[in-house]
Amino acid sequence: MIQDFGWGSLQFLFLGLLWTAGLAFITFIAGGILGMLFALGRTLGPACIRIPIKIYIELIQATPLLIVVFLAYYGLSFLGLYLPPLAAAAISMTVYATAFLADIWRGCIEAVPKGQWEAADSLGLSGSERLRYVILPQALRIAVGPTVGFMVQIVKNTSVTALIGFVELTRAGTLLNNMTFQPFHVFMSVAAMYFIVCYPLSWWSEKLKERRHANSAAN
Amino acid sequence: MPTVLRIDNLTKAYGALTVLNGVNIEIETGDVVAVIGRSGSGKSTMLRCINGLEKFQGGTIEVAGHKLGSGKSNLRALRTDVGMVFQSYNLFPHLTVAENITLAPKVVRKLPKSEHPELVKSVLARVGLSDKAESYPDELSGGQQQRVAIARSLAMQPKVMLFDEVTSALDPELTGEVLKTITELAETGMTMVLVTHEMGFARGVANKTVFMNEGLVWEAGPSAEMFDNPKTEELRCFIQPNLK
Repeated sequence: MIQDFGWGSLQFLFLGLLWTAGLAFITFIAGGILGMLFALGRTLGPACIRIPIKIYIELIQATPLLIVVFLAYYGLSFLGLYLPPLAAAAISMTVYATAFLADIWRGCIEAVPKGQWEAADSLGLSGSERLRYVILPQALRIAVGPTVGFMVQIVKNTSVTALIGFVELTRAGTLLNNMTFQPFHVFMSVAAMYFIVCYPLSWWSEKLKERRHANSAAN
Repeated sequence: MPTVLRIDNLTKAYGALTVLNGVNIEIETGDVVAVIGRSGSGKSTMLRCINGLEKFQGGTIEVAGHKLGSGKSNLRALRTDVGMVFQSYNLFPHLTVAENITLAPKVVRKLPKSEHPELVKSVLARVGLSDKAESYPDELSGGQQQRVAIARSLAMQPKVMLFDEVTSALDPELTGEVLKTITELAETGMTMVLVTHEMGFARGVANKTVFMNEGLVWEAGPSAEMFDNPKTEELRCFIQPNLK
């Protein structure tokens, strides 16, 4: 049965957008927590922690996200672990975001000048006090812009989970196209919805980076 | 006067490059010691060894009752007694002047919050910046930042203070105010070790001078004697162009 593209179609797409936003949110929270732990382990941990994290980051960064998604969905089911699409999508997106956020934040921690570490040391602060009061507050400021920028990547990259049947915005679009045969209407609407979510994030990220540059230029 | 710092046969190498080749220094309470020498003579490295910022391979350091280089040492306790001021100030840019000063007393010495304002007031008065407590470091000139760094170090009530080329990053007109602060500090009887390129200052303020060359204490003694009657050819060559 062929429907016409109309109000109902937009509502259907909007539901897909909510799933996209939900998946992106889960990814960002879970990837954020793991990414922070990994970033700290990568910069400050002993070699037995640092090296495995380094390998993990490089491995994931060199693997297409779609392959990670396929591995979580088809690969794990082959091993007897049948995950529903949402779980497979959330796990694989988290694996992906963890690697990238850990690397971004590692860079931010390392960007805090060596003199700051030494000043904290010479005042008698312990390793964790140094991190809490001196290094992380400064690293956080450096990190805000690139982190918000990466959130845009997360939102857009949730689209690959359409390929394992998770009905987020892109998958909703292909389903709707099968019902309406009006690809131009459908995918323009899909693109517009991604834009509405991503553009403000990009804009904000740029603003944050500009502000940081203005601050460091003033110093 | 009792000995507050004793460096005994200190050696340090970066791979094949030997930086310190058996340094011996002894400093008494109340001494103001200028450490002079060419770049690469090991003077900054020696200073950084004293508060454990650099590890070293041989010898021992005993400072304010803390030992380094033989067995396990308590760096945290050592650093509460040994203050350090850096060439590049290294103030914490995300904290105000007052917060920079109180961070270590609060975290390390557990100083109650009610005593913070008084501490800030007293150390800022000593460096002549009483009106800057609420400023952020980037609102201050280089000279003011360096004086705040001195105040931050003073707030821990150190027994010895180390100064690592603290005026080298400053414009000439700002150097004077920092040297004045250090001079006043010397007059209060603070024990200080200063790595410096300011020969006039070394001669005028430091009661002892140590000349380092090739990773060794080449010549050491009372400042006036060192500058007026250098015994070694190397010291003579080093100070003559400098004093003009």
